[in-house]
Amino acid sequence: MADRANLKVDIARILEADCRLSPDEIGRMLAVPADVVAREIAEMEASGAIVRYSARINWDKLDGPERVFAFIGVQATPEREVGFDGIARRLVHFPEVHSLYLISGAQDFDVVLQGSSMRDIAHFVARRLAVIPGVRSTATQFVLQTYKRDGDVLMDAEKPDRLSVTP
Amino acid sequence: MAQVTPTDGRPATSKEVGRRARVAPRVASLPPSGIREFFDLVQTMDDVISLGVGEPDFRTPWHVCDEIIDSLERGRTAYTSNQGIIELRTAISGYLQRLYGVEYDPNSEVLVTNGVSEGIDIAMRATLCPGDSVLVPEPCFVSYSACAWLAGGEAIPVPTRIENGFRLRREDLEAAVRPNTRSLMLGYPSNPTGAVMTRAEMGEVAQFVLDHDLLVYSDEIYDRLVYDGHQHVCFATLPGMRERTILLNGFSKAFAMTGLRVGYTCAPADLTEAMCRIHQYAAMCCSTSSQIGAAEALAHGEGEVQRMVADYDQRRRLLVGALKDMGLDCFEPQGAFYTFPSIRSTGLTSREFASRLLEEERVAVVPGTAFGPCGEGHVRACYATSRENLRLAVDRIRRFIDRLH
Ligand SMILES: Cc1ncc(COP(=O)(O)O)c(C=O)c1O
Repeated sequence: MADRANLKVDIARILEADCRLSPDEIGRMLAVPADVVAREIAEMEASGAIVRYSARINWDKLDGPERVFAFIGVQATPEREVGFDGIARRLVHFPEVHSLYLISGAQDFDVVLQGSSMRDIAHFVARRLAVIPGVRSTATQFVLQTYKRDGDVLMDAEKPDRLSVTP
Repeated sequence: MAQVTPTDGRPATSKEVGRRARVAPRVASLPPSGIREFFDLVQTMDDVISLGVGEPDFRTPWHVCDEIIDSLERGRTAYTSNQGIIELRTAISGYLQRLYGVEYDPNSEVLVTNGVSEGIDIAMRATLCPGDSVLVPEPCFVSYSACAWLAGGEAIPVPTRIENGFRLRREDLEAAVRPNTRSLMLGYPSNPTGAVMTRAEMGEVAQFVLDHDLLVYSDEIYDRLVYDGHQHVCFATLPGMRERTILLNGFSKAFAMTGLRVGYTCAPADLTEAMCRIHQYAAMCCSTSSQIGAAEALAHGEGEVQRMVADYDQRRRLLVGALKDMGLDCFEPQGAFYTFPSIRSTGLTSREFASRLLEEERVAVVPGTAFGPCGEGHVRACYATSRENLRLAVDRIRRFIDRLH
């Protein structure tokens, strides 16, 4: 029997690994009735704990339009009252901003940008990012190759062989 | 098996050279492994979803591989002491002490072996005399009876049954024991049934062992893979048993290190010394790299073990639930990573069921009879495979069974 106090965490872990599993299957895996699982999921959706359901794509395997990623280290001057949040608020809604982190160290923000070309990204940095009041400097690093993302290894490592029948 | 040199002018084949049998009768008379036979059949087919394996589908934790790679870069590829590197023996001793409160002296009571497989072999060779018998609860791992036989002894099967949750009962032992019985082989959590034993049940077995003055080989290789809150009982912790028990364990299952071949025996010094005497001549030592990896696994692998166990547990419930939904009588396994459903309701024998399922639906399970005659009426299906594979396999098994009715 799953520990009820951690039921949401257990369900979230399972969904994070495979969001196509049904409440029925998850219920089986955790020895909990399916309707209980469905209710917990609904609650997590309502509270925003579950943000959305999506698939992990290895874009290198698809002949789609090119996607370019870059990490931009940003140094900024915090504002009175809001600190760094004001700058963050200016940035988060751009579709080009894939992720945005406030970080410790020499830089203040790490902005992950996603664009269709290097020019696209250079353009965004120059026209949108560097000009935000309070932004003192930017350092752009383009991604050349993705080996692992969000826990998934994207290198073509061969699958280890296993015998099909063993004692 | 009479062998003669041909006199009809044909060139002699290698089997026919000389006038005497080349293969020792004890070896020649070993029955072929049912698993091997089935493996050969599966090998001839494509697109098989296999629930026939007996090993984890996880990769070896990377910190273990990383440590091994580092050791290779440093050139640590020489022999180790026969007993194994002292760091590993000390770690094993500490690990068992933490888990079960049982104490073994790393200097004289721990021996590192090439898997539990070697442990079983040398434990029996070190303790059996010609004509001795060993009680072997069945269905069980395929090596027990074979090793007893090769050690000059003889296995006496002690059937366990689904009605009793495949647990070993004192009355079954009493019915099987003979005057020449020297020892008892235990394998809990069980491959192939997934059965576990409680402390009270093991206590009964321990009393039997005392009453008949036996030794015990306790293969606890699945000790960490237990579910539903079951607490594994380390047999040596039962009153009076430490002195009579050769504890066998290893890294294959809990740490997903099957191919690295590391196991160990823990036993009183005289028995350890006897086993080491065989090991030093027959194996010299366990692979140095693997021993280093094993020490790393004990030092930093606990998180990975727990992550894997939690994952097996979820897959266990999926597979057992699905098998029950199909109307199969499926005993609730609480250990290892196997289910052992009864397929009697289909009217087929284990072999027929497994071969037809393979031919008609391309799903491999192992006939229960591979683990002893009393495995008839069952098949072993392993859930150490991806959820996608489990889902596909379950759909195919369901289709197969529906067609039979
Ligand atoms: C019950 C049991 N004992 C021992 C072994 C052999 O393990 P090792 O890899 O340590 O030789 C296995 C492997 O399947 C097993 O199931």
